[in-house]
Amino acid sequence: MRYLPLTPDDRAAMLAAVSASSIDDLFVDVPAAARLSGPIEGLPAHASELAVERHMAALSRQSHAAGDGPFFLGAGAYRHHVPASVDHLIQRGEFLTAYTPYQPEIAQGTLQMLFEFQSQVARLLGTDVANASMYDGSTACWEAIVMARRVTRRSKALLSTGLHPHYRSVARTMAKYTGDSLVDGDPSLEAGTDWAALAAAVDKETSCVVVQYPDILGRIDDMRALAAACQAAGALLVAVVTEPVALGLIQSPGEMGADIVVGEGQSIGVGLQFGGPYVGLFACKSKYVRQMPGRLCGETVDANGKRGFVLTLSTREQHIRREKATSNICTNSGLCALAFSIHMTLLGEAGLRRLAAINHGRAKAAAAELAKVPGVSVLNRGFFNEFTLLLPVEARPVIHALAEKGILGGVSLGRLYPDNAGLANGLIVAVTETVTEEDIAAFAAALKEVLA
Amino acid sequence: MTALNSAGWRPEMNAGGADDTTTFTGNRALMLEEPLLFEIGSTGTTGVDFDEDAPAADLGALARSAPIGLPGLSESETVRHYTRLSRQNYAIDLGLFPLGSCTMKHNPRLNEKVARMPGFADVHPLQPQETVQGAYAVIHELAEWLITLTGMHSVAMSPKAGAHGELCGVLCIKAALEARGEDRRVLLVPESAHGTNPATAAFAGFAVEDIPATPEGRVDLAALKARLGPDVAGVMITNPNTCGLFERDMKAISDAVHAVGGYVYCDGANFNAIVGRVRPGDLGVDAMHINLHKTFSTPHGGGGPGSGPVVLSAALAPFAPLPFVTKDGESFRLIEEENAGEDHPKTFGRMTAFHGQMGMFTRALAYMLSHGADGLKQVAEDAVLNANYLLRSLDDVLDAPFGASGPCMHEALFSDRGLAEGFSTLDIAKGLIDEGYHPMTVFFPLVVHGAMLVEPTETESKAVLDQFIGALRSIALRAKNGDPALKSAPHFAPRARLDETLAARRPVLSWSDGAAGD
Repeated sequence: MRYLPLTPDDRAAMLAAVSASSIDDLFVDVPAAARLSGPIEGLPAHASELAVERHMAALSRQSHAAGDGPFFLGAGAYRHHVPASVDHLIQRGEFLTAYTPYQPEIAQGTLQMLFEFQSQVARLLGTDVANASMYDGSTACWEAIVMARRVTRRSKALLSTGLHPHYRSVARTMAKYTGDSLVDGDPSLEAGTDWAALAAAVDKETSCVVVQYPDILGRIDDMRALAAACQAAGALLVAVVTEPVALGLIQSPGEMGADIVVGEGQSIGVGLQFGGPYVGLFACKSKYVRQMPGRLCGETVDANGKRGFVLTLSTREQHIRREKATSNICTNSGLCALAFSIHMTLLGEAGLRRLAAINHGRAKAAAAELAKVPGVSVLNRGFFNEFTLLLPVEARPVIHALAEKGILGGVSLGRLYPDNAGLANGLIVAVTETVTEEDIAAFAAALKEVLA
Repeated sequence: MTALNSAGWRPEMNAGGADDTTTFTGNRALMLEEPLLFEIGSTGTTGVDFDEDAPAADLGALARSAPIGLPGLSESETVRHYTRLSRQNYAIDLGLFPLGSCTMKHNPRLNEKVARMPGFADVHPLQPQETVQGAYAVIHELAEWLITLTGMHSVAMSPKAGAHGELCGVLCIKAALEARGEDRRVLLVPESAHGTNPATAAFAGFAVEDIPATPEGRVDLAALKARLGPDVAGVMITNPNTCGLFERDMKAISDAVHAVGGYVYCDGANFNAIVGRVRPGDLGVDAMHINLHKTFSTPHGGGGPGSGPVVLSAALAPFAPLPFVTKDGESFRLIEEENAGEDHPKTFGRMTAFHGQMGMFTRALAYMLSHGADGLKQVAEDAVLNANYLLRSLDDVLDAPFGASGPCMHEALFSDRGLAEGFSTLDIAKGLIDEGYHPMTVFFPLVVHGAMLVEPTETESKAVLDQFIGALRSIALRAKNGDPALKSAPHFAPRARLDETLAARRPVLSWSDGAAGD
């Protein structure tokens, strides 16, 4: 077998060296009743590289890939062009096949990269510090709610109705078992956010207010007044960013006063990957750093006085603090953080701003074109690269009809909020730099046909 | 660019012999120093070309005005920056990486190729179901493999890593207890467990109590039985355990826990030792996570991403999280919120936004198909053989605290007993770095003083093991005889020992013009 270097002679010599007469002698501690003699039944035997590749390629062809036609899905995962050098560099074996940098003398590559990643993320989100990544945006969001509880010693979190419904689901799942209380609800089909109502609802029991920016319907709003209301009540403002490219064009949550900013970094460097692996961003004001979850990389010096980097403040973490840790997270999204960091380095500030502006311009053009389809209107007043269309009929069947025409036309609110009939006509449309003018024209024409 | 000796050559520089203070750059041939991105990039530089100009935006007061401070590099500089950084890393591609409980095995490149196929890598998690049948097929096929290999009832695929899988299993236990109308608060966890076990239990709102161990390094069944009662929700047991031993009494433990109405969580981090040889389902396990990035060869990537599917017993399966893939005839469909009421009403809910780590599923499936049932059995056998070979080749120079407890499984455990005064496990680890190896796991498990947990995996040849054994013997002798040079190892790594106390006392976690190097 191509991955196993021991030869039959090696095995015989090694068994003799450990005084075993057969390999079974090394499994004597397994209860006899549970010992298997031959290969497990019901599974195929080994296969060549060619055969495996053939099998997987056949399965791959059974999906309609985003690149196969016009594509307008967003709602928490975005299709951006990733430069070829990103994927090449993350496949360097020294990055790909390294472990968590527990031995810093021979892991400076990963550690310096993480320090740079943390610095990039903190700057992008407008905060003081960022950690070395979480699993994804949705789990980072829950971790922020738990962190706010630790900081404020209060356990009531107010979730904006504009928060991604899957992020809300994750929080609801966890809150059922941790005793945290959540105040949440579905969005209403209005042009504005619910942030003014949230500011009025913050009270002395509130640990945090969680808002998404841009929100699930693509709306953007100023969070300064909400940040002030939170501060006055001693609560934290948690901002969630699912499309970090937006921050090339609009002000960051940190600049507007958010205490904790979390996000989904998939947009930059990672790709769609059917939902994972992604990279959770987690950042906050420096005064809360000792309450953060996850790994942190910090600067120090070595015994010769040279600058170097290490994992630090690990007394927050599970391998030291066990049941008193700030989180149970261990493995995070290291390689996706690297992809994010390389892509961000290639973009630089100038590139990020231009990419964001192109996204925004393309989305405005699409919104204008789609609004010309009879019966269709755009909900949003302002948006970045994603907006909500109001259709004259339920959006779900429209999506399937568009797919039959080879067009992936967005995410229906019916899919995200199946129990809320009032949202059924809503369709979330995302438009990135990968969308062409021809794609927009094809989408508008197909939508017109389907609705006719 | 910074240069260590930018003032140029001076006669006194050669006084102590040739070292890095004698070069202008601070480089030593192929050992290249690399500045921070922030020291070489600029905010006006970009390595990406765009086909179009940026149109004017009309975002009013929300428009960004202040600079962000994100430096960019051209593509050529970017490739060089990260390539130079990569060369300061040790990796499995370079040599033995014997971190115990981490299963650093070879990462096949076929896996990388299939993960990038467009039907898996370039599909959106919320695409209409009829357009992603191939992606669902991969998830379903992998799930079938995991169920068959473990002999369990079903599997939850969405957990994002091992610790997230633990959370999934523990939440299933919570939900099952709730469905029975019981409020049991205590999870029993052995002291030798990974830190994630107690942390997960606490994260889900359980109180954690220790399970004592016997002198031979296994769970003390009698003590466990004595503690069981109506307040105990279950146990979290690692099997094979972190002392490298198979828990002989696993079935009896499960039976005892079940008899008092509790559930058995098994930490599957060490599944590589038994895959294809033993099925956890035959040992009474109710839930076990599987680290695809350990047993099933997906790369660790310098700290993730992982993937932690959780196999479940019939008792816990009804509570598994959303969403998941099911097969109806020839097509696949997703069970998610809208149809869960009919098809999966007892679910504890969603624990992550989408379907889990698709990019890891494709890699793991390619690995399983490559090995097949016969190859996976050989994997466990070679992994266990390699570990026993190390244990018996070194137990005359290093103390093996459980060496008399029977064969080890896929990792060999040593302690610091017998080292010279002032020498510790850390010195042995740093000595290994100079010999060109990544050290073993150190100071874990906590139940052994100065623990050294060595896991070679099955992808190492006998020749590699023999050289490693020779190197480790040599270092052990140096530590036992008090060689002072070992105290300052590593001498030949890109950095000497780093000041971790300083890093924690005065945290510098983000680059700023003032903080760097002050």
